[in-house]
Amino acid sequence: MGPLVPDLIGNEFNFVIALFIGIAFGFILEQAGFSTSKKLVGLFYGYDFTVLRVFFTAGITAMLGVIVLGHFGLLDLSIIYINPTFLYSAIIGGLIMGLGFVVGGFCPGTSICAAAIGKIDAMFFIAGSFIGVLIFAEGYPIFEGLYKADNWGFVRVFDSLGMSQSLFAFFLTLVAVAAFWATTLIENKVNGKSNPEFKPLKIYVALSGVAIILGLSAFILPDIRTEYLQDVEDIEYVNNYKIKYMTADELAFRLLDKDKNLQIIDMRSPKEFSEMSLPNSKSFMLETLFEKYAEKTLNISKKENVFISNEGLTAKKAAIIADKLGYKNLLILKGGLNEFKKEIIEYDSTKVVIKNYNDATKRFRLKASIQIPKMIEENKSSAIPKVKPKRVLGGC
Amino acid sequence: MKPEKYMNPYLAGFFLGLLLLVTIYITGRGLGASGAVKSAVISIVETVTPSHAESQVFYKEYLKEHDNNPLKNWLVFEVIGVLIGAFISGLVSNRLNFNLDHSPKITARIRIASAVFGGLLFGFGAQLGRGCTSGAALSGMAVLSTGGLITMAAIFGGAYAFAYFFRKLWI
Repeated sequence: MGPLVPDLIGNEFNFVIALFIGIAFGFILEQAGFSTSKKLVGLFYGYDFTVLRVFFTAGITAMLGVIVLGHFGLLDLSIIYINPTFLYSAIIGGLIMGLGFVVGGFCPGTSICAAAIGKIDAMFFIAGSFIGVLIFAEGYPIFEGLYKADNWGFVRVFDSLGMSQSLFAFFLTLVAVAAFWATTLIENKVNGKSNPEFKPLKIYVALSGVAIILGLSAFILPDIRTEYLQDVEDIEYVNNYKIKYMTADELAFRLLDKDKNLQIIDMRSPKEFSEMSLPNSKSFMLETLFEKYAEKTLNISKKENVFISNEGLTAKKAAIIADKLGYKNLLILKGGLNEFKKEIIEYDSTKVVIKNYNDATKRFRLKASIQIPKMIEENKSSAIPKVKPKRVLGGC
Repeated sequence: MKPEKYMNPYLAGFFLGLLLLVTIYITGRGLGASGAVKSAVISIVETVTPSHAESQVFYKEYLKEHDNNPLKNWLVFEVIGVLIGAFISGLVSNRLNFNLDHSPKITARIRIASAVFGGLLFGFGAQLGRGCTSGAALSGMAVLSTGGLITMAAIFGGAYAFAYFFRKLWI
């Protein structure tokens, strides 16, 4: 599951990747004609809409790609960098940049690209941007209030508007297509002739066809998250699904044994988890299973993952989802934590009557009922409910 | 030799979109540009007047985040790549040469002054708006960030609003 940094690709190697991504970025920008200021500002005067075409096509392509990867569980959208929203600084900063665009004829990325092929105006633009950053840095105490005002956090636009991601993506794509069509008309009118380049070639029609089919398939194929979460709502389905059990006695034994291969996945609420948790346990919610965090936690070789919850049902649901997601070595605690408490932690030989009951079990349970609460007490300081993995840092 | 024609903008956009997608898949973050300028400025300030950099919040916070090495930043490496990539592109398409593009209606001096001033505004605006056309607008659109899309609308809306007053620079 993506992103590959920092688990599959180290932070140092990430810099090498940055260099190669930059090379491709610079090459594409230059090939698109973004190294000429006259071409870049063309969209503001109606004679050349190249920037709008490249920019919108790129944005839509990447946006649809991110949605599709997220849909099929290939990219964990909860940890990728989402530009934070600070309302006032976004608007005022954007307006200042817009002014800079029509005055200077570049934006930072394109100025670097143009300077690389020898454009002297671009080099002066870069020099100017150094001064601009310096002014902001020196005046930071003055601008800080505006910079940090009205923080909405890492919100996504479809949530802000209260619609679904797919619907918003669909509308944005429509807007892009309409903009491509309308701006071509404007361009033809301003220039007094039509651009022969935009005749639909077979290859573009074919490529668009493939893209549309891929898009439709994402709509038709349900995403695994919704599907699996729905499956486990069916009690009969859950009851018939085979997952191996671990008995309360075995769990107690392995806890006392300090078994390193035992990993407890605690499905109770984070609040209950922080109040009391067994050693070697991790706090999970059903949603967590679809995150990259689960991939890191449940895939440790040789570790056996024992799912627990109070009554045992949530644990079974979680184990089923984990099984369907392809994780191995999954078990559930028989009878849940409630039975574990009754039979082990609060063991009372006079009250509990269990079949196959003998003296050895009795002695073991007595010992466990003294030691495990101690272990739980010792574990208290280290039992931190799941820390949300930090988002990747990004932006400019 | 004559410079070659530019790539079809939709195809270029498609490639750029794929590159952005690959970048997000591998690194979890988008593309950018102005952040590298910020790193460079902080590095210069730190080298020229270390005591000043120590005393100002803006530099202090940044240096703390970057282990006192402001140039060890993802965007710095990416922008070095942009320079190389654009240079290669110019080389293969015969577009390498020193010149100063400007409208025949204005002098070279006015073009230089407007480029510096435009750069200054963009550099400042990108700090305030937490990213430029690449980092906030394009990458923000890819992940459908509310802030990114607001910044994008403000950049292009602002440019259209101000375009009329600066038309002599271009047409």
